[in-house]
Amino acid sequence: MQLTLEFGGGLELLCDSVKVHNVDVVPPKGSEKLIMKDLLSWVGTNLIKERPEMFMKGDSVRPGVLVLVNDCDWELSGQLDTTLEEKDVVVFISTLHGG
Amino acid sequence: MEVAESKSKKAGGRLCSTCNQRKAALKRPKTLEQICRECFYEVFEEEIHQVIVGNQLFKAGERIAIGASGGKDSTVLAFVLSELNRRHNYGLDLFLLSIDEGISGYRDDSLQTVKRNEIQYGLPLKIVSYKDLYGWTMDEIVKVIGLKNNCTFCGVFRRQALDRGASLLKVDKIATGHNADDIAETVLLNILRGDIARLSRCTLITTGEDGPIPRCKPFKYTYEKEIMFTYAYFKRLDYFSTECIYSPNAYRGFAREFIKDLERLRPRAILDIIKSGENFRISTSTKMPEQGTCERCGYISSQKWCKACVLLEGLNRGLPKMGIVRSRGQNNERTKDMKQNKGTKNIESKQCGTLDF
Repeated sequence: MQLTLEFGGGLELLCDSVKVHNVDVVPPKGSEKLIMKDLLSWVGTNLIKERPEMFMKGDSVRPGVLVLVNDCDWELSGQLDTTLEEKDVVVFISTLHGG
Repeated sequence: MEVAESKSKKAGGRLCSTCNQRKAALKRPKTLEQICRECFYEVFEEEIHQVIVGNQLFKAGERIAIGASGGKDSTVLAFVLSELNRRHNYGLDLFLLSIDEGISGYRDDSLQTVKRNEIQYGLPLKIVSYKDLYGWTMDEIVKVIGLKNNCTFCGVFRRQALDRGASLLKVDKIATGHNADDIAETVLLNILRGDIARLSRCTLITTGEDGPIPRCKPFKYTYEKEIMFTYAYFKRLDYFSTECIYSPNAYRGFAREFIKDLERLRPRAILDIIKSGENFRISTSTKMPEQGTCERCGYISSQKWCKACVLLEGLNRGLPKMGIVRSRGQNNERTKDMKQNKGTKNIESKQCGTLDF
């Protein structure tokens, strides 16, 4: 599944300072759909190069990291259960860095 | 934007609770409403306008400096204030005021952002540097003192630098971008530190009204999430974010993380903490530090010398720990030094940033 992932607010520093990543993510074995929970663990394994605790806490993003799926607050689409589709754009922005 | 429209099915069932027409894009932490982008912009700016009017933050004809770091909060503040000033005819002369701490590779970049803001919003910009004011850059200070207490120096110097820059600009007031999350965090920190004087001050929307240049916080009730959402992302405003190279772990601060954890459980908690801070009654028998002026530079100080002068004296005399270590000193020389500012409260190396402006 082709997705565009964007990191901002300092989170890009955790993945080689690259802000936009065009990626291909396969749904987990035995599942037809890809949900945010799967994507987060994929990102944790494949994109985050340092200090993963700045991005994840438990199986979700750490509080203070905003998540937008196609410009929409993921709190409106079910957070970890949000189903992703081909060509979705997912944005992660940290509010934890200075203002 | 087009992507969002064509992919509306995901949150398709959720319409904006204000207009009932467009797709909701944000869950507001303050009210838990789901709201569309257009309605949100409107209510976001209107709420800030109401805070400004309701608290009489500004008077027509005043000159106002916006403390501009190049970060998201101050960038959004510059945008909102210039917008509201025009729309509601506040009659304010707005300026951007930035501090150059002299941290190569960090402040250089963010000052570039502020310079772009100057052009984008048509607001005159003034930059004052630590080097000019104090004779030291943060780079030079770190070379002498290392990475342990550098945030103390930076914080104390920044606070004064902003005032000095403001008096150079001859402004009547400084507006800073502190948001509700910042203030809740400061309330907690002041409780943990037992700092009664700051606790009673930190929730005030305007401070220093008896001093030369008052400061105000138009974003006192504005959630960081909304600042981030509206402007930094949807409007693709130019803002800068990186970590201070000398304090890569500052954001790990306990209070900050705790506030964010609370927010996830119950977003109202942030406003509730601010409210609790406001409602603290300081017993009249509590001895509060008296506000005087520094004998050396004339800046407001509750001690003989202001904190910046004590720190600076230490740097210039090659005793950079002066003013940092506890006065129950380990050696006599230092104990003697500390006596001239007896009772100076130890500011432990606290988080970098602007917690107690």
